[in-house]
Formats: sequence, structure tokens, C-alpha cells
Amino acid sequence: MTEILWHGRGGQGAFTAARLLGAAFALKCDESYALAFPSFGPERRGAPIRAFTKLDNKPIGNRSEVERADFSIFLDDTLFSNAAFGELKDGGKILLNTKKSVDDERVITLDADKIAAEILKLPITNTIMLGAFAAVFDRISLDDIENAIRLNMPEKLHAKNIAAVKKAAEEVNP
Amino acid sequence: MAKMFLSGNEAFAYGIRLARPQVISAYPITPQTIVVEKLSEMVEDGSLKSEFIHVESEHSALSCAIGASSVGARAFTATSSQGLLYMAECLTYASGGRFPIVMMNANRSTALPWNIYGDQRDSLSQIDCGWIQAYAENAQEALDLALMSYYIAEHKAVSTPFMANLDGFVLTHTYEVVDVPTAEQADAFLPKFETENKLDLNNPRNLAFSAGPEHNTAFKYKEHIGLLNAKKAVDEAEEKFTEIFGRRYTGLTESYRTEDADYILITLGSIAGLVRETVDRLRKQGKKVGLLRIRYMRPFPNEEIAEAVKNAKAAAVLEKDISFGNEGTVYTNVNSALHKSNVNVPTSNYIGGLGGKNISADDIEKIFDELSEERAKVQFIGIGGDGK
Repeated sequence: MTEILWHGRGGQGAFTAARLLGAAFALKCDESYALAFPSFGPERRGAPIRAFTKLDNKPIGNRSEVERADFSIFLDDTLFSNAAFGELKDGGKILLNTKKSVDDERVITLDADKIAAEILKLPITNTIMLGAFAAVFDRISLDDIENAIRLNMPEKLHAKNIAAVKKAAEEVNP
Repeated sequence: MAKMFLSGNEAFAYGIRLARPQVISAYPITPQTIVVEKLSEMVEDGSLKSEFIHVESEHSALSCAIGASSVGARAFTATSSQGLLYMAECLTYASGGRFPIVMMNANRSTALPWNIYGDQRDSLSQIDCGWIQAYAENAQEALDLALMSYYIAEHKAVSTPFMANLDGFVLTHTYEVVDVPTAEQADAFLPKFETENKLDLNNPRNLAFSAGPEHNTAFKYKEHIGLLNAKKAVDEAEEKFTEIFGRRYTGLTESYRTEDADYILITLGSIAGLVRETVDRLRKQGKKVGLLRIRYMRPFPNEEIAEAVKNAKAAAVLEKDISFGNEGTVYTNVNSALHKSNVNVPTSNYIGGLGGKNISADDIEKIFDELSEERAKVQFIGIGGDGK
């Protein structure tokens, strides 16, 4: 099972990204299964939230929160600290939206805010970080992500988000 | 059929749309809100032709459903926690009146302390109110139960309301892949609701009447028989369901690797998924363990439980519920089932997941380990705080 831990602030769309990823993976063939859920509770704009995606080739019975992740994805670098490494499995990776550079081979950085400003004209980075994830995770393709966006987002958002996803994937994996 | 990525609440709403209730009356409460919102969207966009009635309370929501059912309409409502307790007065009106209403309950803790998270204290406290009670494990089963619930509730030999329970948040708010049947398939499965138990100008009759000491027992006896008959109706519904949709269900319980098991964990609802995975892991280590999932708490699977447990060395009941001053309600029922069949297997009771507390794979593995030892009969998992 591949476990993904999403970090964002209320309003940044971390759970939407978790759900899009689950849909992209689970709907591609009969042998793929996914669970996606947010940290449950009252939601407040700006407050830290977590969301979770679990991917496997068999039904997933464990509905508990992810404790140690294969991938930990930060939509907002103010939420990132060294504590993040304690929540990673051995060999796990962190995808971090930041303008800074981080000197650790486990961390992949991307200036998602810049792509968001250029393409979406909004400071929303959830689908951009999803594109970055698709670039580093070989069991999901950009086509799978594009399909999930078309099926699960309002039509007026399709073109810009698909363009942003592609741009992110190019930057991470040129 | 179409594969979709849905939450438990959404999956249940899709199932209800396929069942075409003529009246939906509901009052929103976390974590049930989304099923009601989704159905109101379906009514608004025309994909579900139903009278959607916004009421001012849960008491009114069920009263309204009873009124609709009393003129022969298929009725739906949904609630959770304090909402279920607030409508408790009406629960026995629906069951005693033999109105086959379907209600989804999003299992949530009961106050105080106030808490929005999932446990099964709400529905299990209402076990004696005369409703059929089913517990879904995942979103697919939730959708399928929504469809089957009307078949079972409206069955001529049953005519009893149906409460479908989904664990709050871990099932209602978790997204997973679900096969959504077509309307044609659903129509082939579910007959139109036809009943003589309705107000009809051409066939006047008395409904929802008084019955004094002389006749009261006869009505209560018939109500009891109706609920017992639901067992056969469940089998009939599931057989027809498999013919049309392909998916198979196993009646009032589901046994998993219990045939040769020394130690069996009995539970209900969405935690069964994690127990099944734990059983597989322990089996690989050579431990003979199994899972018995209770799918229906009413009618209660007395024979199925005795049959599954009779050759085991010990069994435990894991439930998200406590009947204060005694033990878990499921445990009481399970022990009664074993006693009546002269099954003398030691049992113990684990109370966990209260107020949404996580039950981990380690917790479940520990239960299996402890089953081989002498332990306190009733114990709580992960109490925390000052309770240690």
C-alpha cells in the first residue's frame, strides 16, 4: 500500500487533492483501490489540516489516519518542519511547495505558488502539487490526473488546472 | 453500472435515488448532512422526482415520513446521534404502525461530553424500538443496503421500518470506489411499494389506533413476528440482488476464516475491514483466528453466531458502545445467543472507538493475543486522560 499524507491550511484544497488522487488511481482499472479522507472535525480557513490518500491493488480495510507516509506533500511551507521526517516511512519522500531550497535528498521542492500565479491567477496550489506527485510516482500518469480533474471538478476549472498539473510535472521531472 | 469515487454518504444517496422514494423529510446534523444535501441536489436538478420536505426538527422529520408512509408513499429520512434520540418518540410510532420507512443513521457519539465523531451509542441505545437495524462496512455496501432496505422493509411478511447505519466520518466521509447500478437494474430489483396499510378513500380503514390491554399483546406479538420475518426477506433480497447486480452478501452475519478458528473476534460496522486485514496477517504467522461481522443487529443472528463460534476456544466482541452499568449491548446479545444454543465458549468484551477514538491494527492484534489468556470480561481500549 502507498500512503500519502497531505498538509495544507483550510481553504488551500488539500482534501480536494487527496480525493482527486484517489479517484485518479481507483478509476483507472479494476485492480486499483483507494481511500481518501480529511482529518475529521470542524474546518476553519487558514488552520492547519491534514488529508490522506491510500492506494493499493486490493481493497483497503484500514480506515485509520496515515501515521507514516510514503509521500508527504506540503501545500504550504509554513507547515513544514523537521518533525515531518518522523512521519515518513524508510525511503519516503517529501514534496514541498517553497521558494527556498532544502538540503536533504528526501525533499523535492517546487515553487508551486509561482505556477499558481502564472496559470491559475490564484494562490491555490493543490492540483499543482498533485501534478508534482504524478511526476515522481510511476503508478499514476498525467492522463489519470487529467481524467480525475474532468470527472470531479467544475468544467470552468478544467483547462487551467490541467495546464498547471502539466507545468508542475515538467518542473519536477524535466 | 458506473464506477464512481464516492463517500459513504454520497454512495447512500445514490442508492436512495435508485430506490425512488416519493417523500424525503430530513433535518441536517453532522455527519449525516451530506446525504441530505446530495438528495436535495438530486431533487433540484430533476434526477430524482421526490417531494423534499425541509422540516424544523428530527421529531418532525420522522413524523413527516410516517404521514407519507400512511398514505402509501415510499418515504426516506436520515439522522444521527442527538437527532436520533430526539426522534425516539416517533421510532415506535413508525414500527408499531408497521410503516416501512427507511432511515440512514450516521453513527455518532451521544452527549455529554458533546462530540461529533463516530461511535455506535446512538443506534444501539434504540435497539428495542422495533426497527430493523443494519450496519454497513464500506461505501459499496452502504449503496447496496439503501436499495435492499426498501425491498426488506416493504416485504409483505415484514412491513417494518429499516435503519441503515454508517459509521460517522470513517465511513460517511471517506471516499472510495463504488459501482453505481443503472436505474434499469434498480427497477428490475425493487418492486413498486404497494400496501394495504394506508389511508385510502375507496377502502376506508383505521390506522395508528389505540389498543387496550385485551388486544395490545396481539399487536406487539405480530410486530415481533414481522421483525423476525425480516431474516428471510434479507436472504430473498440478497439472492435477487446477486442475480441482477452480481455482488453477493451473506445474510445477517459475515464469517471470515472462522471455520477452523480457535479465536474469533465479533464486531460490526466499518472496523471489520481492519479486523479482516489483521486476521490475514495473523494467519500468515500460523495463528488460527477469524472474524464474525454482525451485519444486522435486528433481527438478531442468534443461530449464525452460535454456529460460527461453537468450535472456537474463545471469542471477543469489539463494539463502539457501552451500556453504562453493565457491558456493551452487542456483547449482551452475543452471550444470549451462545447460551440459548448451549455453546459454552468463553467470551470477553472490548469497548473501543468511543467518541471517534482510533482503533489501530495493534489494538486488534492485542485482542487476539489476549483471547488465549484469562482477562477481565469487560475492558476499554485506550482510555487516556485521567482514566489511564
